[in-house]
Amino acid sequence: MSEVLLDFNNVTMQFGGVTALNEVSLQIKQGEILGLIGPNGAGKTTCFNVMTGVYAPTLGTVSFEGKNLAKLKRFEITKVGIARTFQNIRLFSEMTALENVMVGADARKKASVGGAILRTSRQRHEEKESRERSMELLQFMGISDRAETAARNLPYGYQRRLEIARALATEPKLLCLDEPAAGFNPAEKEELNELILKIREQGYTVLLIEHDMNVVMKVSDRVAVLDFGQKIADGLPADVRNNPAVIAAYLGVEDNAS
Amino acid sequence: MPDWLIIRTFWELTVTGLALGSIYALVALGYTLVYGVLRLINFAHSEIFMVGTFGALLASSQFLSIPLLEDGNYPYRTGMTLIIFLVFIMLIAMLFSGIGAVVLERVAYRPLRGNGDAFGAIVLAFLTTFIVSLVFVDQAKINVIIALLATAPISYAYMRFFKQGRKAPRLAFLISAIGASTAISEAVGVWSKHGRDQYQTPRLLEKKTLFTMFGTDVRIDYAIVIVGALLMMTALTLFVNKTRLGRGVRAVAQDAETSRILGVNVDLIIIVTFALGGVMAGGAAMLFTLVYDQTRFNIGFILGVKSFTAAVLGGIGNLKGALLGGLLLGLVENYGSAIFGGQWKDVIAFVVLLVVLMFRPTGLLGESLGKARV
Amino acid sequence: MSLVLNFWLRVTALFSGFGEQFRAMNKWQRYSAYGLGVVALYLLPYWPDVPVLGQIVNTPGSQFETVLNDQVVIFVLIALGLNVVVGIAGLLDLGYVGFYAVGAYVTAILTSAHGNLPWLLALPIAVVISMLFGLILGTPTLRLRGDYLAIVTLGFGEIIRLTAKNMDWLGASRGISNIKKPPSMFGLKFGVLDAKPYFYLGLTMVFIVIFILHRLEYSRVGRAWVAIREDEDAAELMGVNTFKFKLWAFTIGAGIGGLAGVHYAGKVGFINPDNFPLQLSILFLAAVVLGGSGNMYGAILGGILVAYMPERLRNFSDKRILVFGIVLVLMMVFRPEGILPKRVGNEHKKRRAKSQEGEVAS
Ligand SMILES: Nc1ncnc2c1ncn2[C@@H]1O[C@H](COP(=O)(O)OP(=O)(O)OP(=O)(O)O)[C@@H](O)[C@H]1O
Ligand SMILES: [Mg+2]
Repeated sequence: MSEVLLDFNNVTMQFGGVTALNEVSLQIKQGEILGLIGPNGAGKTTCFNVMTGVYAPTLGTVSFEGKNLAKLKRFEITKVGIARTFQNIRLFSEMTALENVMVGADARKKASVGGAILRTSRQRHEEKESRERSMELLQFMGISDRAETAARNLPYGYQRRLEIARALATEPKLLCLDEPAAGFNPAEKEELNELILKIREQGYTVLLIEHDMNVVMKVSDRVAVLDFGQKIADGLPADVRNNPAVIAAYLGVEDNAS
Repeated sequence: MPDWLIIRTFWELTVTGLALGSIYALVALGYTLVYGVLRLINFAHSEIFMVGTFGALLASSQFLSIPLLEDGNYPYRTGMTLIIFLVFIMLIAMLFSGIGAVVLERVAYRPLRGNGDAFGAIVLAFLTTFIVSLVFVDQAKINVIIALLATAPISYAYMRFFKQGRKAPRLAFLISAIGASTAISEAVGVWSKHGRDQYQTPRLLEKKTLFTMFGTDVRIDYAIVIVGALLMMTALTLFVNKTRLGRGVRAVAQDAETSRILGVNVDLIIIVTFALGGVMAGGAAMLFTLVYDQTRFNIGFILGVKSFTAAVLGGIGNLKGALLGGLLLGLVENYGSAIFGGQWKDVIAFVVLLVVLMFRPTGLLGESLGKARV
Repeated sequence: MSLVLNFWLRVTALFSGFGEQFRAMNKWQRYSAYGLGVVALYLLPYWPDVPVLGQIVNTPGSQFETVLNDQVVIFVLIALGLNVVVGIAGLLDLGYVGFYAVGAYVTAILTSAHGNLPWLLALPIAVVISMLFGLILGTPTLRLRGDYLAIVTLGFGEIIRLTAKNMDWLGASRGISNIKKPPSMFGLKFGVLDAKPYFYLGLTMVFIVIFILHRLEYSRVGRAWVAIREDEDAAELMGVNTFKFKLWAFTIGAGIGGLAGVHYAGKVGFINPDNFPLQLSILFLAAVVLGGSGNMYGAILGGILVAYMPERLRNFSDKRILVFGIVLVLMMVFRPEGILPKRVGNEHKKRRAKSQEGEVAS
């Protein structure tokens, strides 16, 4: 249970003059739900971007199951077992919900051009598998009734859930959710919490960025706090809540953080 | 065959290359400005240049009644008259190109931005009836009359059929640009006095040597082109950096949505952008006729492709990049032709572009716009 | 004019109604409808002999079957190939004519200028070489983003043409003549005068290409392409090897362009660099977007229209291109997704499933 899955070692990320992450070290353990919180612009999304290979860190290393991710391309990182969602929804808008998820499922498949043209038995098998698994995931997320709708025509809540389904389809070990409940009402947030807990029950490790303290405190096993690119706290939700540095960082931010 | 032509004529090649490059650079500015603001390859910009050359032709042969003498006796002017004439011709060319660019934007792009207005509707309605009437009669005057009669009701319908608030996909903009480009050059090819033939432009400047440098005679027309282009570019840079409208252009290039929220009139800025690009192309057109003494309905195409190449070479969206790319392309083409032969000129230009993009994927000076974020 | 608009709306409604009915048919009815359609297409050269219909479709000033083969089939093939690159994978290629030229030139070289191979053997070689050119151009350039790719490919098209024009080995501006024709097969003789056999051959190629592309489109490959078109970064982060699939799109597109070139060279027997101007690339792109970029059938329709309409409208021949330009602008203003916009997903399948459920219930 306490094996380290992802190790974020002294990572610094600079954009021109802006230091988005400053010597951040963070470990995610197998099977936990780690909440990552912090005020706007603290560097949370940048953490995701560094982990998934969108940016190469200026300094420091990220390793996954002991393997350094520095040399891997983005799609290879996905195959190693990290999947993510996006804060500003980035679905394939001209594809159906089902197809969106199938793109994720395809990450684990092999058949390429030759297989597709010849419809080899492996290709047909993989295709069927992708489709069924994707449909299952849509059902799991509770959005299978709109499987054939173009992603851009889905209601907002469906789109957010579809992002999670698509990420799960890549069969990750670590699932990174970037503010999945943004724009949800309390009831929807509650539903999402249930889902996240269920996802963890299925054996996934979850890294959750969230603004809403209540949500984070409720579902996370552990919480890490970023402020101005620095990690200022890391521990059990109850401890972090009472940490003076965290309170200072959030003071005056709490009430307009939606 | 690689002889030593390039050594013997190096400075001469440099001067002509810089002159050609200046023209590329001026036209490239139009591509870069529009790309910077709208992320659109304004494929029809080449025709805006072509329209400018015809503006210059009209200004000199009609408005100034400068005769076109074929026997080697040119109606040269000198001194103050010459300067006034040249400035006048340039202003007319700029007027033609500037208006052309603004009309183009209104008709072929603005409706695609989900923002079509009455002006666009009227022109489009006119064009529609015009081409429909062509199927029945093919007599320009009758077509125009029919088209004018039917324009009012159709433009009303078009206003209602414009997809307000819905932005067309990017490819649609490009195709609309290609359509407009085709239509403009064909319209000149069909209806101008000599149709698709070449036009001589009157030569009122005696192309004497102005001075000698490194053993090379620098002709006065080349000097005017280079100096004129630099002056225009300086003026443009000042405008963009120092005036309110110019700041607006930069703001919209950075982030159109935020600018709109902050109260910038984005539509106005887009018109200004097209007008600026058009004016630069008009200036380039006048300088072009000054050196080459000719124009044609399809003269814009290749020059446009080259200028766009220059813009990309320097870093599209970047004003300094357009200058650098243009001059560099002019020089490289000239030196390359001397080494490999003139028939390989265009090949050299594209190979250089390819090589540069391999090592600097956003051009020599890079895009000056913010990069996309995940 | 509102009358015209009204009429237009009715016509489109009629067609969508037709589609609706078509989708509601059962399997056998549908297959026989397809069969009839295919037969009608192979009989196209005879359409001008049918009363009334003949009056409408026939091309004044040029032989109908020649137009069908030399223009329509070639354009349809090319539109199909370019649609993979531009429409499905979203890679803006402005130099597609280059691959068309490579296909034609390789055929010419192998069967006439520097070899004596039969046309049928030259065909696969030329297609493979076209694909190789796609690979060679794509490998360095597909790392570039959208609009940079456009100008680089445009340059590539020009480089191919100018190289052909300036190298004696490639026939320079004289071009290459005496290109071998396809061998007689299935009782068809490929001669000089009769364009019909070429049309049958070309149409068959079109069907084969449609078959292959259809399989690709509804597979992992097709999904990867569309995902790349929609959001390249997101696609890569979802595990799509974007570079590899872009390269595939480019290469497959190149192969189809090359195939069109082979067919063209075999038909006309003589090619020169002027057959492959830059403007042709732009016309190809216009065909794809006009018909409906991203929708194979839209691209086909666009190819047909762009190839056929100029021949049909010979009456005002000197203004054809002008009219074409204006039509492009009007189309993009009022129907920017093209005549047949791409359809998302298999909504028709779903509808069919539903209507069958309905049948069972009633
Ligand atoms: N590509 C980039 N270029 C320049 N600056 C960047 C880039 N990406 C992030 N930044 C900067 O890094 C800092 C951290 O940004 P980040 O998006 O990681 O914050 P965040 O914690 O996710 O905030 P939010 O709660 O608003 O999502 C910000 O100051 C941001 O402007
Ligand atoms: Mg964030």
